[in-house]
Amino acid sequence: MTNTHDTLSPGTIGRRRAATFPEQPPRLWKSVKPKKAYDAVIVGGGGHGLATAYYLAKNHGLTNIAVLEKGWLAGGNTARNTTIIRSNYLWDESAAIYEHSLKLWETLEEDLGYEMFFSQRGVLTLAHSVSDVRSKRRNLYANALNGIDSEWLTPAEVKKLVPIINISEDVRYPVHGATYQPRGGIAKHDWVAWGFAKAASDLGVDIIQGCEVTGFDIKNNKVQGVQTNLGSIAAGKVGMVGAGHSSLLANLAGFSIPIQSRPLQALVSPLLEQVLNTVVMSGAVHVYVSQAHKGELVMGAGTDAFNSYAQRGGFHVIEHQLAAALELFPIFSRAHVLRTWGGVVDVSPDASPIMGLTPVENLFLNCGWGTGGFKATPASGWVMAYTVAHGRPHELNQAFALDRFVTGHLIDEHGAAGVAH
Amino acid sequence: MSEISFSFDDKIYKGHQGEPMVAALLRSGMLSITTSTYHGRPRAVVGLGVEEPNALVQLVSGTKESMLPATVIEVADGLAARSLTGVGALPELPEEARYDKTNRYVDTLVIGAGLAGLKAADEHLRAGREVLLIDDQPKPGGHLRHLGLELPASLRDVLAHKSLTYLCRCTAVGLYDQNYIVAIERRSDHLGNSAPANRARIRVWHIRADQVVLAPGAFQRPLIFSNNDRPGIMLSHAAATYVAVHGVQIFKRAVVATVDNQGYRDALRLHHAGVQVQAIYDARPVAEGSSVDAARATGIPIRFRATVLDTVSDAEGVCESVIIQDLDTNETFQITADLLAISGGWTPIVDLATHIGIKPKWSEAHAAFLVNHSTDRLRTHGMLAGDFGGDDNPSIFFGPELDEEQSRHAYIDLQRDTTLHDLRRAVGAGLNSIEHIKRYTTIGTAHDQGKTSGMLTIGALCQLNGVAQGGKPGLSPADVGTLSFRPPYIPVPFAALAGRERGPLSDPIRITSLHQWHVEAGAIFEDVGQWKRPWYFPKPGECMEDAVRRECVAARQGVAMMDASTLGKIEIQGTDAAVFLDRIYTNMFSTLPEGQCRYGLMCKTDGIVFDDGVTTLLGKNHFLMTTTTGGAARVLAWLEEWLQTEWPDLKVYCTSVTEHISTIALVGPKSRQLLQELVKDIDLSNATFPFMHSREAMIDDIPVRIARISFSGELAFEINVTWGYARHIWERLWAMGRPYDLTAYGTETMHVLRAEKGYIIVGQDTDGTQTPYDLNMSWIVSKKKEFIGKRSFQLPYLKAAGRLQLVGLLSDNGDEVIPEGAYTTELNAHPDEHGKTRHTGFVTSSYYSPALGRAFALALVADGLNRMGEVVAVPFGKKVLRATICDAVFIDKENIRRD
Amino acid sequence: MLHIPCPHCGLRNETEFHYGAEAGVAYPEPNVLTDSEWAKYLHIRANPKGWLAERWVHFAGCGRWFNLWRNTITHEIGPAYLPFTTQPKKPDNIGQEGLKA
Ligand SMILES: Cc1cc2nc3c(=O)[nH]c(=O)nc-3n(C[C@H](O)[C@H](O)[C@H](O)COP(=O)(O)OP(=O)(O)OC[C@H]3O[C@@H](n4cnc5c(N)ncnc54)[C@H](O)[C@@H]3O)c2cc1C
Ligand SMILES: [Zn+2]
Repeated sequence: MTNTHDTLSPGTIGRRRAATFPEQPPRLWKSVKPKKAYDAVIVGGGGHGLATAYYLAKNHGLTNIAVLEKGWLAGGNTARNTTIIRSNYLWDESAAIYEHSLKLWETLEEDLGYEMFFSQRGVLTLAHSVSDVRSKRRNLYANALNGIDSEWLTPAEVKKLVPIINISEDVRYPVHGATYQPRGGIAKHDWVAWGFAKAASDLGVDIIQGCEVTGFDIKNNKVQGVQTNLGSIAAGKVGMVGAGHSSLLANLAGFSIPIQSRPLQALVSPLLEQVLNTVVMSGAVHVYVSQAHKGELVMGAGTDAFNSYAQRGGFHVIEHQLAAALELFPIFSRAHVLRTWGGVVDVSPDASPIMGLTPVENLFLNCGWGTGGFKATPASGWVMAYTVAHGRPHELNQAFALDRFVTGHLIDEHGAAGVAH
Repeated sequence: MSEISFSFDDKIYKGHQGEPMVAALLRSGMLSITTSTYHGRPRAVVGLGVEEPNALVQLVSGTKESMLPATVIEVADGLAARSLTGVGALPELPEEARYDKTNRYVDTLVIGAGLAGLKAADEHLRAGREVLLIDDQPKPGGHLRHLGLELPASLRDVLAHKSLTYLCRCTAVGLYDQNYIVAIERRSDHLGNSAPANRARIRVWHIRADQVVLAPGAFQRPLIFSNNDRPGIMLSHAAATYVAVHGVQIFKRAVVATVDNQGYRDALRLHHAGVQVQAIYDARPVAEGSSVDAARATGIPIRFRATVLDTVSDAEGVCESVIIQDLDTNETFQITADLLAISGGWTPIVDLATHIGIKPKWSEAHAAFLVNHSTDRLRTHGMLAGDFGGDDNPSIFFGPELDEEQSRHAYIDLQRDTTLHDLRRAVGAGLNSIEHIKRYTTIGTAHDQGKTSGMLTIGALCQLNGVAQGGKPGLSPADVGTLSFRPPYIPVPFAALAGRERGPLSDPIRITSLHQWHVEAGAIFEDVGQWKRPWYFPKPGECMEDAVRRECVAARQGVAMMDASTLGKIEIQGTDAAVFLDRIYTNMFSTLPEGQCRYGLMCKTDGIVFDDGVTTLLGKNHFLMTTTTGGAARVLAWLEEWLQTEWPDLKVYCTSVTEHISTIALVGPKSRQLLQELVKDIDLSNATFPFMHSREAMIDDIPVRIARISFSGELAFEINVTWGYARHIWERLWAMGRPYDLTAYGTETMHVLRAEKGYIIVGQDTDGTQTPYDLNMSWIVSKKKEFIGKRSFQLPYLKAAGRLQLVGLLSDNGDEVIPEGAYTTELNAHPDEHGKTRHTGFVTSSYYSPALGRAFALALVADGLNRMGEVVAVPFGKKVLRATICDAVFIDKENIRRD
Repeated sequence: MLHIPCPHCGLRNETEFHYGAEAGVAYPEPNVLTDSEWAKYLHIRANPKGWLAERWVHFAGCGRWFNLWRNTITHEIGPAYLPFTTQPKKPDNIGQEGLKA
């Protein structure tokens, strides 16, 4: 790290201008009023819903479709997440879909013709105890067999990669090592959603905002359409991609799903000179941090203990988060918390998504991504589109079916941390 | 006020102790103090306080904090700062300042010590309530201070009231559920060099108030016109305050552009302070009120239906003259001015109220969003509630119509350099939600979070829609709604929020009563949850491997001793205790005779192994359960949950005694002989004191409870003693043990010993997916009774074939310790076309065994129990080892050694 | 930081409590249930938008479990009640102090 400010002298040295963004295209998507009927509607205009619509149109030629979003497009968790992207998950089923996602990410900007600041700056996952090391190393070996790039770094190597990290022994939970996925990184969340929205809109998909689904028309256990605040919309097939609101949607369709909606918070600092070029995660001490493209530190905090749809959480969660962050990054002490916010995350019993068929025919479900679904946006859309188009799961989402809770075949991705970004 | 000197960008300036830094800079003629973040345009101060969009600085003295608005920095001797262009720097020097936190419960919390807040405080005091009054300024008075006025005597009395606590420099940053307020008090920065070293720089207040009064006032807002960012263009209230209160004399000729009567009041102040106010341009068709009359009386020219369209700068980019437009004829003319004072109406500070979801309401009459709220718990007062003082009459006007070229220099967010043009592009791109526009343009995302730009954005959106629909505003701000405000109200240093929870205080450290002995013995510790546990005890010159081998040998051949005090210990008493344990454990406990111990396994309702440990029946209806170190709290919570919420009819009481009882494990063939030297009152021989029995005894007149429990397969005794006596017993054993070469061992050796014997560690040899059957422990699953989790064993996947099962694994090369976590594959497994290799299981525990003279491992392998003797591959890194599946018990399968 | 009324100790900060999700889900007789009925007991808990009767335990205080009406949109706290006592009726949707005009 070049450091012009450890000898801060009065004056203008070290003053730097912030990076600029490329200009947004002059047209994003067309907001339209709903038609009477569609071949398929996707409920929920977050990243996953938009990606589903895009791939339905692109991969499966279904263009008489609509995305129904109750608020402003992608204003849910898509707009609130800390954008960590990685694929180094433990279980084969997870690794497969997240790796598929990462591969899609790697060509997504080209594919959509839209810049989204996808940046493969690497993701570092720290281990802080003997048992933490053991489980992280298992993860590493699992990744190797799944063909996923993942390396083990010693504390000294961690320090080399992230010079501002404190690896000394006097930290309450010293760094014992880390896994590193070089292909992991971040992207700009809004632009990801907008890129999918634009591309879908360009392919003829109707994007309808301010349209809340309030019921399902179901005949003979077959979905016929949806009821909304803008009237009834007939649809041959319906995909529910409502993230934190998924259990409500399921209830409207007459069944229950194992989802609890919890607040998950994050925070951001003002623009700062670049000090961190890698994403750093630590489940054990609860730190998830990256420095975004313009220079703001973006940090994920923990979930609150209780169910909530308020899109806000408790301040003690933030305070705890910052105490942990300063343990690892003493240099952050004078950074400012500029803004905190919360999303409503859809937590499933095994911290894995639920994707596929539902008890109602032609009604499909995609939820349970909880604290970590942003990275899955492309793949989630990809397999969901397949599922909606073919009426059966793609091989990548087969294992994530709702009935795994009955068979007992859970895919437990809790790992060491409650929050898995 | 005492004269002090401070430095800014290397130059020394004079100022009055405590005045805002910008005031001192302006007085000395320093106007353009920075250039803008993206466009590189010169910028000067615009506002009075935290709403300031431009004047960001970094302290070079003291804490070297950056991204602070110079409007809120109080100058003090020795202060040094430098300008910033929108990007802060993090100094690498260690932070020396202290930060602390405090909690307060009050009857009433009043936020804002302006007139409205002080009056509210007075009312609450009169009602006999205790009041906490906080205000972000150095002194009370709010706007009065900006006017240079003293507090009326009656309000001074309020401040002196014995039931009132007043905190200055204290900003409420977040309003949370149930009247929980977080506030940040700055305690030492304003003292500069004279700040006491031990004073916490910032104190975070966590306040729970029965009632909250919000009286935070309002920010003045600017207008949107071309080149509205030039130095010399200021909010009128700020300009008048710097001139009239702080003695800034750098402005000669001013023009005031206004939409309300505030512009007149500020024009008057400028006028009385000697600035030549050339004219007031008022967007309204008419204006009435005392301030208008007073301005008229001074002879300041007033022109209605006119506003500023553009400005012209000198070579330095500083405002030199102003282009005024007649709003009816669209005619323009130019007028020279080095100060353009803008009064675009007021924006009440709705931020805090919105934190808990209150939606501000648009008021046409106030041309502002208000929060007019009055419940038992939360009230708004002053400008926030619409009390604008009766002489204001703002019109809803945000600026003249601008063409494309003009819009490119019409700034909405000065810090982000976003213009009306950017906003129009966003709308043109198909965006109509203010949240989208914010994200597309980045308006409102800088340090000031849109305090001045938010309302301009709303105004501009209304205007745009008006243009689209023929000139008349097609949208009202009520339709657009406000930007969402999120805590904190002002940026807060991470360090303040971390407080003292750093280093050793960041999480409690739990130590046993023997900890100091371990430290003195040179133990290396490992963190197990919050506990510090000795990992191994190296002798001088020994590496970990050496030490662990020596410790293992001692335990298997001589005698060794370990501190097992961190094991969770729960006393379970009551007439139904045995029934209860039968339901909790997979195996039977109601058949356990008094004075005996039994190993038990518990599952969650989903049938997955959750914890294990040995439970002893101490006396009638009196069990002592042990749990894993990490599981202690979880298990107690689990027991309580079932007792309280499902089985209240059971008479059972659970108490954690983890830190009441220390446990010393004395292990090895010579342990009996050694212990018998100390224990005189009972016979330790196998015949009278068999395995899995527990006995009371005395050591040096200290009552102890000894149990024949072995986590290594060796003859072993667990000595349980009251926490405070443990060190005595330990040291006595240590001294007596010298002839036996008694060896202290740590967790690593414990692991080797238990793994050699095939004993699992829940959480290491399980990963949250194993049933007891998977662990080859069908013997522990009772067929005779119901217990938690049993039903789940019937779920298809839990009884499916091919599940991972616990087995032993011996690598071909006995010197090679297989890495823990490594996976097993078929011998000739190869990556498929996707680069994936199928695996069959993974290694959970792996060590070198001195007793076996080779490495060995435990592993969970698919169908492993049916594959004894098969050879598998264990690939890792660039290597592939071959290993043979075997029984998980490596030592003493016949259980001879333990007796 | 919710302010939660422990029926035994009075109002305390949220950090003294642990959460227990939906209240009133009794442990069923496991052996008469089909797999899917059992799975429902294992994994499905109410997750409504609005008032939810939920379980809390005052782990850092009296250690007792109790039930509480709480609004998941406004975070308004309704009445608390002990397990195995009659559930108070669902509170009116008056909104918390912040939202009640
Ligand atoms: C603070 C935070 C940090 C996170 N950090 C990360 C991270 O670093 N990495 C990562 O991979 N993931 C992260 N996540 C998780 C990630 O954001 C989510 O898993 C992901 O965005 C879910 O995508 P989505 O598009 O399905 O959800 P959303 O964007 O929430 O979309 C769901 C949409 O459905 C709409 N909807 C709901 N009900 C209805 C209805 N009845 N009618 C119409 N529309 C409806 C909602 O309004 C919403 O827009 C984080 C989440 C949060 C909150
Ligand atoms: Zn209590």
